[in-house]
Amino acid sequence: MNIPMIYALLGITLFSVGLYGLIVREHLLRKILALNIMGSGIFLVLVALGKRSVGDLPDPVPHAMVITGIVVAVSATALALTLMLKLVEVSGSAVLHDAPKERS
Amino acid sequence: MGGLLSDAHWGVLLILLPLFGGLCSFLWPGAVKFIGLATVSAVALSVVGLGDQLLTTGVYHHAVGGWGAPLGIDLYADGLSLFMLMVNALVGLGVSIYALDYFDQGEARRFWPLWLLLLGGLNALFLSADIFNLYVTLEIVGLAGVGLASLSRSGAALDGAMRYLMATLLGSLCYLLGVALLYHSAGTVDIPLLAERLESTPPVWAALGLICAGLALKTALFPLHFWLPKAHASASAPVSALLSALVVKASFYILLRLWLEIFSVRTEGVDDLLGALGMAAIIWGSLQALQQTRLKLMIAYSTVSQMGYLFLVFPLAAAGAFSAWSAVAYLILSHALAKSSMFLVAGNLMHFGGHDRIADLDRAVQRLPITVGAFALAGVSIMGLPPSGGFIGKWLLLNEALNQGRWDLVIVMMIGGVLAAAYIFKVLGFAFTQAPVTHEPKGVPAIMEWSALLLAVAAIVLGFLASPLMLILGIGETVQLMGAGQ
Repeated sequence: MNIPMIYALLGITLFSVGLYGLIVREHLLRKILALNIMGSGIFLVLVALGKRSVGDLPDPVPHAMVITGIVVAVSATALALTLMLKLVEVSGSAVLHDAPKERS
Repeated sequence: MGGLLSDAHWGVLLILLPLFGGLCSFLWPGAVKFIGLATVSAVALSVVGLGDQLLTTGVYHHAVGGWGAPLGIDLYADGLSLFMLMVNALVGLGVSIYALDYFDQGEARRFWPLWLLLLGGLNALFLSADIFNLYVTLEIVGLAGVGLASLSRSGAALDGAMRYLMATLLGSLCYLLGVALLYHSAGTVDIPLLAERLESTPPVWAALGLICAGLALKTALFPLHFWLPKAHASASAPVSALLSALVVKASFYILLRLWLEIFSVRTEGVDDLLGALGMAAIIWGSLQALQQTRLKLMIAYSTVSQMGYLFLVFPLAAAGAFSAWSAVAYLILSHALAKSSMFLVAGNLMHFGGHDRIADLDRAVQRLPITVGAFALAGVSIMGLPPSGGFIGKWLLLNEALNQGRWDLVIVMMIGGVLAAAYIFKVLGFAFTQAPVTHEPKGVPAIMEWSALLLAVAAIVLGFLASPLMLILGIGETVQLMGAGQ
């Protein structure tokens, strides 16, 4: 097993840990952090597998993808945090409750 | 003039116009309605221009900045892209006209920039030719959609938007991991190159699984539909219409495109799984719709079931048939028109009576005849009765299922049609009867009534336009080739 492969597997592990957190944790802040951990895992996979050629130079394209991905992740996180704060303002809690049935 | 028109870069305009319009509407909030409507009209004209170009010169191809495929970003449009752009333009125009009167000045200032950003993202998505660019546009669409869903700032809307955000981000991340694995396997993100280079290896199977799961989550395929009813039902009416008509179709389009061009020959069992989930979605979504007491929730569950029909194409197309793919394109267009009309109708009824309880519609048919008429016409298309776009789409799909002897699909489609009729007639029935409580009704602006009716009429008229639409779908022959080549 070569070194890039170890990093790639580490990335997959991070992705799985994040997925577990996203599903299991209730607090929205933890869910948002879990999403970010998943994202970091994917970026690690991209960078690790970018060193696919035998030569010394890594492939630049995955690096460009990671930078784009980081920009997307930052804006998504900003939106999620703002939305969470608004939700806390309105409902007083940072947890999504399962449907309180039909109030009419 | 003709030369100028066919040489213009309509594809580039389709992306730049809404982004520029969105920026302007953000900068000059006073003129927001004018800027918004002008932009959406210009986008519709550009779609016509692009269509003209495609019909005369075949597929559209543009290397942005002159860089070319491996390094730069390519724009690409064939019949299927043009078809989806048309869906965007038609529904976008209808909903934009409706939104003129629906939002007051304060809400309009927040609605138009986000909606134009969404439109730009959708157009860019349908014009993308590489899987990474598809990811970026998918995120633009998702984030703009979440912003729109939270627009009314009520607790329910924020709650729905938050669920939507979590689901859409999870879906995009699964898709992105799939993209990473595909890039690792093939060394490219360009769709045609991927189709040539991919082999059946474990990383490619994993990528196929991740991409399908991520996109199914974003398309709200049963049982991954849990986020949709809340998000779509709690948003304001024009936003619900846009989310249900356009946004869920965008992720389905990516799945369809990747399936047609990359995965079609490497799908042991996945097509049957998607088909089975589609069948479950039709039945489950319809049953849930039938049980709802709120109109908007009912329409949202109806979206879950109608999206199920789209997924039936995967098992059918495995045997290879042009009619299965064109049936799905037809269903996408007719559902987009009919469903947006239904949500606008729900907006009118809420504006009128201050609520959307189905049981208390209280003779709406006498007091809002145009609105209820729009609901009935849209319902005809959703049920799949002739003559309507929904009928043609479902008929083509049914025919294909019969030809292949897939009786399970035939029966589920039939049951789905009957259940759809049941929930739509339930609403219409209450619209005729007098409710025990009387309300202080508020007048509904004529523009809001007529734009809902126009969209519903368009969904019906589609039933008469089969041959020109098939001609459009055939451009570039992605769909035909895959049909014939199996």
